[in-house]
Amino acid sequence: MHKVIKAGWRPLLVIILLFIIWELSSTFFEIPSWLLPAPSEIWQEGVAGWPNYHHHIWSTIQLTVIGFSIGCIVGLMVAIALHLMPRVREAFYPLMILSQNIPIIVLAPLLVIWFGFGMMPKIIVITLVCFFPIAVSAVDGFRQTSQELIHYMKMAGASKGQIFLKLELPHALPSLFSGLKISATYSVMGAVISEWLGANRGIGVYMTLASSSFRTDRVFVAIFMIMILCMLFFLVIISLEKLFIKWRPKGEGNSK
Amino acid sequence: MSQLIVENIRKSFHKKTVLDDISFTVEDGEFVSLLGPSGSGKSTLFHLIGGLYEPDSGDFYLDGKKITGKRGSISYTPQSPSLFPWRTVLKNIMLGSELFGKPDEQEARVMLEKAGLGGYENAYPHQLSGGMRQRVAFVRSLLSPQSFICLDEPFSALDELTRLEMQKWLLAIWGQNRRSVLFITHSIEEAIFLSDRIIVLSSNPATLKREFKIPFPRPREEDILLTEEFLKWKKEIYQELKVLQ
Repeated sequence: MHKVIKAGWRPLLVIILLFIIWELSSTFFEIPSWLLPAPSEIWQEGVAGWPNYHHHIWSTIQLTVIGFSIGCIVGLMVAIALHLMPRVREAFYPLMILSQNIPIIVLAPLLVIWFGFGMMPKIIVITLVCFFPIAVSAVDGFRQTSQELIHYMKMAGASKGQIFLKLELPHALPSLFSGLKISATYSVMGAVISEWLGANRGIGVYMTLASSSFRTDRVFVAIFMIMILCMLFFLVIISLEKLFIKWRPKGEGNSK
Repeated sequence: MSQLIVENIRKSFHKKTVLDDISFTVEDGEFVSLLGPSGSGKSTLFHLIGGLYEPDSGDFYLDGKKITGKRGSISYTPQSPSLFPWRTVLKNIMLGSELFGKPDEQEARVMLEKAGLGGYENAYPHQLSGGMRQRVAFVRSLLSPQSFICLDEPFSALDELTRLEMQKWLLAIWGQNRRSVLFITHSIEEAIFLSDRIIVLSSNPATLKREFKIPFPRPREEDILLTEEFLKWKKEIYQELKVLQ
C-alpha cells in the first residue's frame, strides 16, 4: 500500500490540480452549466442520479464482457491460424489490416440494417475493434520467438505442434497481453458506440439521452463512467498478466 | 551405448563450400573435441548431425543406424544456454524427455543435486549467473533421452575463472556416466583438458586436418594444466592451427 502511494502521488496530484482549476474557472468565468458543468455539479449528479443510471452501467459491462471475450477468442484463433499457415497469412494479413480501416461509425448502422437491434450487431462491433490488437500482437509474439530456441527444439526432435505449444505460445504471452490491454479499453468504447445505434439500455443510451436534452452534467457522468470502466478492465488484464507471467525479470517491461 | 560415425560430409551454402569431406568417428563413451578457428563451419556440422539441414553428400550413423537428416537423434546444447525463460530450472531440464512423453521428475531432482544445483529447482533462468545457466543446459542434455551429446562452445561466453570451474565441473559430471560427447571449441587448452581425442579442422572450407590422441589419465585434475606435457601438446596443436592460417 505504501508503495502504491509512493508511486501514485504524482499523477494523482496532477488530476486533483486539474479538477481544482476546472472548478475555480467555472465559478470565476461564470460558465453556464449546460455548456460546461463544474466538477462539483457532475459529482452531485453522479451521486444523486445513481438509481437512474446504474442499470445502464450494468448493461454496458455485460455487453463489454461478452464482446471482449468473443473478440479475444476470434483474435487468438485468427492469430494461430495465420501463424501456423504462412501462406494463409500472406493472403489474409492485408485484409485484416484493411478491416481496421473501415470506420466503425459508418459500419455500425449498416450492421443494424443487416442484423436488427438485438445483441448481434453490437457484439460484432466490439469483436471487430477487439480482435485486431490481439491478433496482431499474438502473431508478432509467435513470430519473434528466438530462432535459437526453435533450432534447439527442432534438433531435440520436437514436432510442429510441440514447438507451438511449448515454445511459441508461452513466448507470445507477454506480447499477447499488450494486445489484450489495448483491446480491453477499446471494448468499452466499442460497447458505448454500439449502444448509440439503438438500444434501450447502456451508457451509450444514457449519454445520447443526456446530450439531446442538454444535460451536460449527465454527459460528463457518462464520460467518467466510461473512463472508470476502462480502468477496471485494464486492471483485470494486468492482474491476469501478473498471474500468468511470473517469470519475467524485474524492471523489464513491468508496465504500470 | 552410442557410437557416431561421420562419413564424407560435404555441405555448401550459396555455392560456397563450408564443409569438405569430413569423416571421423566418436566411439562409445569417448569425449572428442572439434577444434578449429571461429567460422570454420563447426556449428554447421552440428546442425547437420542434428538434422536441421541435410548434407549435400555423406551420411551420419549412430550405432550403425543412418540418422542423416533425422531430427531428435542427438542431444544438443547450443552456444548460448537456450533455456526457456518461463520455465523453472526443474521444468527446463525435463524438457528433452517431456518431448517424448516420459518426464521423470525424481531423476531430474537427483541429477540437479549431483550437478551442484540443488535448491535451484524453482528458480527461473534470469535469476541464475551465466555459468549456472550453462550447467542447467548441460544437465538438460544429460537428461534427454538421446545418449549422444553434442556441445557447441558451451563455455565461450564465460570469463576465464568461471570457465575453468565449469570445465572441472563438466569433467566430474561426465565422469559419473560417461556418455559419448562431441565438443566444439576454439580454445586449445579447453580441448586438451577435456578430451580423449582432438580433431583439428581447417577453415574455408572446413576439412579434417589432423587428429590428436590425448593420453592424460582420468579423472583429470587441474594440475595437469601446468605440466610440461600439457604445454607440449598445446604447442604441437598450436603449430598445427598456425599452419592452417
